[in-house]
Amino acid sequence: MSMINYASREINCKIVYYGPGLGGKTTNLEYVYEKVAPNTRGKLVSLATETERTLFFDFLPVDLGTIRGFKTRFHLYTVPGQVYYNASRKLILKGVDGVVFVADSQVERLDANIEAMHNLYDNLAEYGLDPRELPFVIQYNKRDLPNIAPVSELEANLNPTHVPSFEAVGTRGIGVFDTLKEASKQVIKSLS
Amino acid sequence: MMQRAASWSFSADDAQRINRLLQDFLHGSSARCALLVDRTGQLITTAGEQPDFDSTAFASLAAADFSANDQLASMIGEQEFSSLFHQGEKESMYLADVAKRVILVVLFDDRATLGMIRIKVKNLVGELTEVFREVFDRAATAPAQPLATAWADAAEDEIDRLFGSR
Repeated sequence: MSMINYASREINCKIVYYGPGLGGKTTNLEYVYEKVAPNTRGKLVSLATETERTLFFDFLPVDLGTIRGFKTRFHLYTVPGQVYYNASRKLILKGVDGVVFVADSQVERLDANIEAMHNLYDNLAEYGLDPRELPFVIQYNKRDLPNIAPVSELEANLNPTHVPSFEAVGTRGIGVFDTLKEASKQVIKSLS
Repeated sequence: MMQRAASWSFSADDAQRINRLLQDFLHGSSARCALLVDRTGQLITTAGEQPDFDSTAFASLAAADFSANDQLASMIGEQEFSSLFHQGEKESMYLADVAKRVILVVLFDDRATLGMIRIKVKNLVGELTEVFREVFDRAATAPAQPLATAWADAAEDEIDRLFGSR
């Protein structure tokens, strides 16, 4: 639910990184923060526990600059992945314009991925949102690890609607910007 | 691809009316600064002293603060906490709900008293609620126009430039 502020000529869009705990959502945002030009990004806000697990959310605003007279900005959020933080996850989805689902490619995390995807569908439904009608991208992260499931298996389990998906190694930045680029383009298209 | 215009928009006229209300409030309450933030964490406007902090980050945290407190309210059987007060040594914050979609954040120091802020905020919230109800009613009956294709094309080019070759 982006807001167009004709008074200040601003458009802000909200993209939420969703997925199971320790899947690499925060790592995605940290990489974006490191690599985009400092003048295009704001402060990276992290509400994390002492052990650096996301407690509430991470937040990073990225400016596209002034497009046809409108200052256009993406607000990137992560949610806490651990199952018991569902109340917080739901709050962050409020007003979402696009979702990036960061899946953990390791074989033993398949059930956690599926559970997180079900949880995403449930939480979107509570806001009256249908994931099939929302800008949506899936990222298969941790492709550098030895015990990973083949992409075909992940696709079969997590991507029945065939939304665009990307393989990634978040810690090295591989696939991070491809994912963000696709999600942000889908969001822009949805507004025009 | 689905077509989905923005859910609401905010005109220069709306901004002017709101700014006048905020200025009157600041004048009457001796508060330093007032911010309006929508419930999704986006800053709508500020009035008074320009904040010397990152107001974008501030807006996202204020919305999260309010949302978390909403959930706490419902857990103890309350419909909502319509206002929140955070007291600091020198600076304090008072947050209040406006029409269930917007949060008014007032920053004040020891030149203002909490009692006065409370009373003035109550009046201001009533006035702002009227304006925002009009904005939202307008959005409900005539949804915001989709942005021009030219804007989308230009934005996509910029996305390629910013996120492209990495």
